[in-house]
Amino acid sequence: MLIPMITAQAVAFWILAPLAVGLALGMALSSKPVHSALCLAGVMICLAMLYAALDAPFLFVTQIIIYTGSVMMLFLFTMMLIGVDTRESMADVVFGHRAATIILVIGLALMLGIAVGRGVVTGAAGLDAANSVNGGNVPGIAALIFGRYFFAFEATAALLITAALAAMVLAHSERLTPAERQRGRAARRIREYADKGAHPGPLPGSGVYARHNSNDYPALLPDGSVAEASVSPTLAARGVAIVESTGLSTLSREAYRAMTSVRAELHGQTPPALPGEPTAEAGVPATTEEASK
Amino acid sequence: MKPEYFLVLSALLFCIGMLGFLIRRNSLILFMSIELMLNASNLALVTFSNINGTLDGQTASFFVMVVAAAEVVVGLAIIITIFRTRRSASVDDLNLLKH
Repeated sequence: MLIPMITAQAVAFWILAPLAVGLALGMALSSKPVHSALCLAGVMICLAMLYAALDAPFLFVTQIIIYTGSVMMLFLFTMMLIGVDTRESMADVVFGHRAATIILVIGLALMLGIAVGRGVVTGAAGLDAANSVNGGNVPGIAALIFGRYFFAFEATAALLITAALAAMVLAHSERLTPAERQRGRAARRIREYADKGAHPGPLPGSGVYARHNSNDYPALLPDGSVAEASVSPTLAARGVAIVESTGLSTLSREAYRAMTSVRAELHGQTPPALPGEPTAEAGVPATTEEASK
Repeated sequence: MKPEYFLVLSALLFCIGMLGFLIRRNSLILFMSIELMLNASNLALVTFSNINGTLDGQTASFFVMVVAAAEVVVGLAIIITIFRTRRSASVDDLNLLKH
């Protein structure tokens, strides 16, 4: 036969294997933990499809349910608890650690690859016979789990219960300080007002006197400057919120200028200068605006 | 299709997992690398099952999955506990047992 026989298994392998290796490298090398988690989920889905190509339909479904379903979900949940943007330093702590690691891993990959590639496997036996004994893949695995490996299966049940209990014990934390209730909070605010002059009332809302009132738009004070207490410090630190005042206050300055110029036109006065602006150019844009209209 | 290709892929994924485990500092990514290594060994087990024509390899792979799930639950709980006391997810900061 001149044309080599291309099986569905080969097609699946040559599509999924490069994808899996690329995603695995992305998992190991991407700087953000969320990207790593998504890459790992991709690797697991690729592996699940390889299982399907290897005549393991039960493991195909189990892999997707257990790994991409619950394990990656737990990873993402923990990531959200710990903080998505935890940066890690890429500097070497031990001298030459990174270079030595890369050399070691490449050496191991070569060694394993050569050892496996020159193995003495003479073709796969295939699972058709084994699957047809009990009438399918799932009944076959069930016969093994509830037959030969019954005690191992019972031990895994005990392991799972112990692990769930251990996770609950580890994740539980006792409260060390008493909870601050409404009365205590009010007393603390008044005390801070007496000591440091801190404002005892609520913080200003976002977007007041500005064009938008979404949470990432700070409120503008009457003179056009930004009220920093009106946006969450987390948003400001992450760079999501716009906290520089020049861009934001332009619009209110323009509106103020238009109003004063209209009033000056009605009353026959020269428009007064804006408080935060040099007096020389205060009247000029207003007159050009009127001329263009 | 030679089954050795699957074994070579499994070895490659295992080595990438090891690379991630050795060069990263974030404890979550270390944990994900361990998961990748477990998955790679699972692929090898399923391939062996296909080579030998018995279902024992798939059963072993199933047990590995169960143990990995238990390990993830406890490990992530430990990471959260450490983060609560040390305010850090980096393994470089874990040089003390008490805070």
